[in-house]
Amino acid sequence: MDDVVMFSAKWWTLPLGKTWMAWTPATASFFLFIVLAITVMGVWEYYRPGGDPRRGVFAIDTTRGDRLFISLLGSAFIFIAWLFFVGSPLWWPMGIVACWFVFVFRYV
Amino acid sequence: MNKTVNQKAWFFVAPVLILVAFNAIVPLMTVVNYSVQETFGDNVFFWAGLRWFEEILRSPRFHDALGRQLFFTGTILAIEIPLGVIIALAMPRKGPWVSVCLVLMAMPLLIPWNVVGAMWNIFGLPEIGLLGKTLNTIGFDYNYTRQPGDAWFTLILMDVWHWTSLVVLLAYAGLVSIPDAYYQAARIDGASSWAIFRYIQLPKMKRVLTIAVLLRFMDSFNIYTEPSVLTGGGPGNSTTLLSLDLVKIALGQFDLGPAAAMSLIYFLVILLFSWIFYTVMTRGEEQ
Repeated sequence: MDDVVMFSAKWWTLPLGKTWMAWTPATASFFLFIVLAITVMGVWEYYRPGGDPRRGVFAIDTTRGDRLFISLLGSAFIFIAWLFFVGSPLWWPMGIVACWFVFVFRYV
Repeated sequence: MNKTVNQKAWFFVAPVLILVAFNAIVPLMTVVNYSVQETFGDNVFFWAGLRWFEEILRSPRFHDALGRQLFFTGTILAIEIPLGVIIALAMPRKGPWVSVCLVLMAMPLLIPWNVVGAMWNIFGLPEIGLLGKTLNTIGFDYNYTRQPGDAWFTLILMDVWHWTSLVVLLAYAGLVSIPDAYYQAARIDGASSWAIFRYIQLPKMKRVLTIAVLLRFMDSFNIYTEPSVLTGGGPGNSTTLLSLDLVKIALGQFDLGPAAAMSLIYFLVILLFSWIFYTVMTRGEEQ
């Protein structure tokens, strides 16, 4: 029988130094994604203004920033629901989240 | 007219941004980092992946604490918001009694939270407390240290006593900002008291009530000090709300990974409810 692996040691999960904030490449890339998303929104708005509120399928007024917020919050709950009902890994919900982002930015 | 562009304004915002970064963003980032790792101290961390999230999400202990938290928040909102509005409507708008009422209303808000817990702890004791002794004398079998129902009754009563004033003050601020012309017009039309409330006062209070609901929701969902001092989560686990459970896991058991995962789920629940409340209550305002 294989030994039960308690903690994995892939390179992207290893600590980035011995600091109290306990950074790893995986968690750093998560925050990098959020910072990048906000930056892209800024650049998008600068070159193609159009972030004024509009009313979509949820019948609420949303700006582009609101739609990013709804996308991120919804994604978190999609991942939570998947972890609760199915468990890890999260590749399948990643696909659902990608569709959710497209849906929110296109129709909400 | 051309819009003034002045990039120097960023320098004035910088101190606030730095402060927020250090007291909110950096701790939140650390919690995210902890939530996917395990530590036994000395700043040594081991990757645990999503294990803690799965564990917390499927743990009956978390479900029970979340259920108690939702019940607590739902109950106090259902009591404090209407009660606050009723008291605000009953308060005088002019004359010397205004100041008296405002000071009385502000009093509970000025008392430190742990003192409120300690006050109600003594107040409810069945042997010596005014509330506990009185209830037992008139025939109720009241003991909040032994009976979960009594503990809940005391907890909710304490929160209502402590925080209804906030709703009152906010609702009152909304009421006094209504110009007299509205009331004069209503009188000319022969509007009833209910019609005045429904079509003048309530719409004018909508903004402040949105703030009141959001503040009370977030505060009551985060409540820790008062129940911790009053019941300590007991009897048994009957009043162990989410924050009390979180502190037990983080500081009592020193399980930083599961505690961090629980904090994030807790944070997301608050964020979701706050967003829903805000969106529903401000819907159509832009039109």
